[in-house]
Amino acid sequence: MKRFIGFIKKEFYHIFRDRRSLFILFGMPIAQILLFGFAITNEINNVDIAILDHSKDATTEEIINKISASKYFTIKQIIVREADIETVFKKGKIKAVLNFEKDFSKNLIKEQKATIQIITDATDPNTANSITNYINAILQNYQQSKNKGIQIDYQIVPQTRMVYNPELKGVFMFVPGVMTIILMLVSAMMTSISITREKELGTMEILLVSPLKPFQVIIGKVVPYIFLSLVNATVIVLLSIFIFKMPVAGSLFLLGAESVLFIITSLALGILISTIAQTQQAAMMISLMGLMLPVILLSGFIFPIASMPIPLQIISNIIPAKWFIIIIKGIMLKGVGITYVWKETLILIGMTLFFIGISVKKYKIRLE
Amino acid sequence: MKKENVIEADQLTKTFGDFTAVNAISFEVKKGEIFGFLGANGAGKTTAMKMLIGISKPSSGTAKVAGFDVYSQTEFIKKNIGYMSQKFALYDDLTVKENITFFGGIYGLSRKKIKEKRAQLISELGLEDISNKLVGSLPLGWKQKLSFSVSLLHEPKIVFLDEPTGGVDPITRRHFWEMIYKAADQGTTIFVTTHYMDEAEYCDRVSIMVEGKIEALDTPKKLKEQFKVESMNDVFLKLARNIEAP
Repeated sequence: MKRFIGFIKKEFYHIFRDRRSLFILFGMPIAQILLFGFAITNEINNVDIAILDHSKDATTEEIINKISASKYFTIKQIIVREADIETVFKKGKIKAVLNFEKDFSKNLIKEQKATIQIITDATDPNTANSITNYINAILQNYQQSKNKGIQIDYQIVPQTRMVYNPELKGVFMFVPGVMTIILMLVSAMMTSISITREKELGTMEILLVSPLKPFQVIIGKVVPYIFLSLVNATVIVLLSIFIFKMPVAGSLFLLGAESVLFIITSLALGILISTIAQTQQAAMMISLMGLMLPVILLSGFIFPIASMPIPLQIISNIIPAKWFIIIIKGIMLKGVGITYVWKETLILIGMTLFFIGISVKKYKIRLE
Repeated sequence: MKKENVIEADQLTKTFGDFTAVNAISFEVKKGEIFGFLGANGAGKTTAMKMLIGISKPSSGTAKVAGFDVYSQTEFIKKNIGYMSQKFALYDDLTVKENITFFGGIYGLSRKKIKEKRAQLISELGLEDISNKLVGSLPLGWKQKLSFSVSLLHEPKIVFLDEPTGGVDPITRRHFWEMIYKAADQGTTIFVTTHYMDEAEYCDRVSIMVEGKIEALDTPKKLKEQFKVESMNDVFLKLARNIEAP
C-alpha cells in the first residue's frame, strides 16, 4: 500500500508539472462547456429579416408589428422589388424575407384567403426550419386572435407541450454530451498517453523489473485519472447548474455512480490503446480518431441517432458514449432512477469487462 | 575459496516464431564478479538479459538468478536485482530527491531507510546543491551516475547494466567504472553489456555473443591469448569476421 501511495504521488507530479496536460485537464472542460453553452446554439434570437409588402394595408401592418414585437426577429430592411430578395440574401445578413401578396386585406375579406410567402436562407437548414416554424406560429396566433368570437364548425386546436426542457435550451442537450467527451478525453486519452510515455522513456521497463506487479503499475497509473475525471465531472455539473440553470432532476448519487462507471469504461479503453500504441503520438492519434470522432458524430450528442441511416444506427450501438449519454440525459433531465437505465448500465459494464479482458490478454502476449 | 554462483544459465533459448534470438546459451556468474556481456547489435544480448531479469519468458533451457528460477520465481528475482537500462530510466520531471524517494518506495524500503540512503547517495555523488532540481536539467553523465546509484538503492545481489555508458565522454565513463568497481568490492555482482571494447578489459570475465550464441567466454587476458591478438577489440573483430566469412 505504501508503495502504491508513492506511485500515485509521482503520477501527480507528472500531471501538475506538465502544462499541456494541466490545460487539457482543467482548461478544456471549462472552455468546452462555456463554448457549447453560449456560442453554439440552435435557438432563434434576434434573427434579421426583411419585408416585401405589396399591399401595405392594415392587416399586413398588424402582422408586421406582431413579428417585430417578438424577441425572435428584427426587421432590418423593407424592400420594394422582387428582384431585391436575391440581393439581400446574397449579402448574408438577412435570413428570411416575408413577401405579402398584393391586396392582402381585400383578398382576406373577399375570398377568405390571402398568401404570405416565407422565403428563408437555407444554407443553414436547421435555422431555416426554425425560422419558418416560429413565423408560422406567430401567424397562427394572429389568426386565432382575429377569429375570436367567430363560430367555426370544426376546429382542431393543437396544444403542444415540450417536456423535460420546456424552454428548448440547447445547453441542456450539450451538457451531457460535453461531459461525456471530457470524461472520455481525460480518462482514455490522458491515461493512454501517460502509459505510452513511460514506454517511450524506458521507465516502463524499469517498473516491470521492479517488484511491482504489472497490474499494480497500471492501476497506479489510472487511479489519479479517476480522481481528476471525477473533479471534472463535478465542475461540469456545477457549471451547468449555476451558470446555465440546468436542473439535475434525478439523484446526484446515481449520477456520480454512473459517471464513475463510464470513467472506468474509458480508462479500460485507454489501457487498451496503450497496449497497441508504442508512442505518445500514436496513442494520441488513436484516441482522437478512434474515440473522439465517434463520440461526437455517432453518440447522439449532436446528431440524433434516430435520423441516421440504419448501418450507422447499428454502429452507434458499440459506442460506449451513446449509452452514457442516454443514462445521464435520463438522470439529469427526466429524473429517472436506476430502474429506467439498468439496461444501459449493464451494457456499459459489459463493455468495460470486455475492454479489460482484451487488454489483459494483449498485455500477456507482450510479456511472452 | 570457491565463490557461489549467482547466475546459472543452461541451454537458455528464446525464439520469436522462426527466429532464434538466443540460441542455447550456458554460463555462470560468480558472486562479486564483473561479468561483461558483449555482442554486436542484434546479437541477442538484450533478449538474453530480459530473460534473466524476469520480464521475458525463455522458450527453453533453464536459468537461476540469485538462486531463483526464471520461470516460476521471477517475483523473488526482481527483489534481488537492480537494473539500469540504456535509456536512463529516471523521471526527468521529478527532482533528484523525488526520484530517489520514488524508486526506494517501489522497492519497499522503509521511509527511514529511504531518508538515510538518500542523504548518503546525494553526498557520495556530490549532488547537494542540486538535489531539488529536476533530473531533466542535469548533464547526461550525472544522470547516468545517479541512475546507477538508484539501481543499487535496495542493495541488490546482482545489478544488470544494459549499455550504461552509451553517449558519454571518456572521463565520465572512467568515473562510472570506478563506481562499478566499488559496488563489486562490496559484494554486488555486476552483469554489464557494452559496445566499448576498452570497457571489456575492465571486466573480470567476458562472454561474446554472435548471432544468438555465446562464441567465447573467459577472462579478457585468456581470450587475447586464445585468439593471439593485442586487444579485446581484435578478439571481437576476429570472432565476428569468422562467423560472417565461411
